Amino acid sequence: MAKVKTTDVLFDPVVKNNPIALQVLGICSALAVTTKLDTTLTMCVAVIFVVAFSNLAVSSIRTFIPSSVRIIVQMTIIASLVIIVDQFLKAFAFEASKQMSVFVGLIITNCIVMGRAEGFAMKNPPFISFLDGIGNGLGYSFILLAVGAVRELFGSGKLLGYTVLSNDYYQNNGLMLLAPSAFFLIGMIIWIIRTFRPDQIEEA
Amino acid sequence: MSEHISIIIKAMFIENLALSFFLGMCTFLAVSKNVKTAIGLGIAVIAIQSITVPANNLIYRYFLKDGALAWAGIPDSNLEFLGLISYIGVIAAMVQILEMTLDKYFPALYSALGIFLPLITVNCAILGGSLFMVERDYTFIQSIEFGVGSGLGWAMAIAALAGIREKLKYADVPPGLRGLGATFMIVGLMAMAFMAFGGIQL
Repeated sequence: MAKVKTTDVLFDPVVKNNPIALQVLGICSALAVTTKLDTTLTMCVAVIFVVAFSNLAVSSIRTFIPSSVRIIVQMTIIASLVIIVDQFLKAFAFEASKQMSVFVGLIITNCIVMGRAEGFAMKNPPFISFLDGIGNGLGYSFILLAVGAVRELFGSGKLLGYTVLSNDYYQNNGLMLLAPSAFFLIGMIIWIIRTFRPDQIEEA
Repeated sequence: MSEHISIIIKAMFIENLALSFFLGMCTFLAVSKNVKTAIGLGIAVIAIQSITVPANNLIYRYFLKDGALAWAGIPDSNLEFLGLISYIGVIAAMVQILEMTLDKYFPALYSALGIFLPLITVNCAILGGSLFMVERDYTFIQSIEFGVGSGLGWAMAIAALAGIREKLKYADVPPGLRGLGATFMIVGLMAMAFMAFGGIQL
């Protein structure tokens, strides 16, 4: 196997091979938490934690897992990690966990976690898998934070709860707080990324 | 009677899992290239959703809920923290059972659904359905209705999206927007259209 460069593993997923924009992974539990930047931030940290450690765990036991039951094994590891996150949030950030409601639990079925465990951690040693997990978590966070920032800024004129665009001269755009805007924004981001990286353009 | 119908209608239109909660997006975007496969996947989701939501409802109410183990003589148990792991276990097992049943008794349907069945395990709409059921504290009957309704709603949404994408073949989309980008825009427009149901009081 070709030598995998550490920095490549860490930073490739951010723009070049972004899990959301290119691999179509993990959109499921992501979009509903992007109406405000601070919930988005919590979600990002939670996802980075889960991806990194599930990659680490799966990769360290990869030689012992019989391939017929590997999905269940991965699922159990991921579910246990998500339970840790869920309990942690309930204990120390109850408000945030209330707002995210079912979406913390849905990290389990976030395809990024599963996809990286299956696609990368099963074939690579623990340390590099751990980095891959962080890298993909970052790529995911990058899109999420961009969407979250735009939605909060234009939807309620605030960033992280501080008023940036005051109501004196700015009329809040209510559409930004509703579901459809997230789709438009991600569509735009994909468009921008692909304009600069024409190799990612799909043949329709 | 009317409150039962209203749960189904609400789960199908007003709180459509795909278009207002973004659940099951991965498969929603990946498997909507043609109408036939989309409908196949939709049927599989309806089936699994209407089995797993009631099943998880029973598990929640008789094993996990605060004080639920009273029938076993352990009145002050609270296993709610095991929720996530048990729901996903039930879903994985149900998918497996459905797969084997279909393979044995309905081979035609099995080969039609084929690869989609295992995919459903990681479909967020299914787990999301169970989690919403717990959060809203549905009774057993309500959970059956919610399962069927939300499954139908998801299936309808994916079939509609696939229909639009098939027609999109004839459109001249800007290069950077082709494929995924345009799909996102379409889903956004569909979600906006579905918001029209939002004002309905049931």
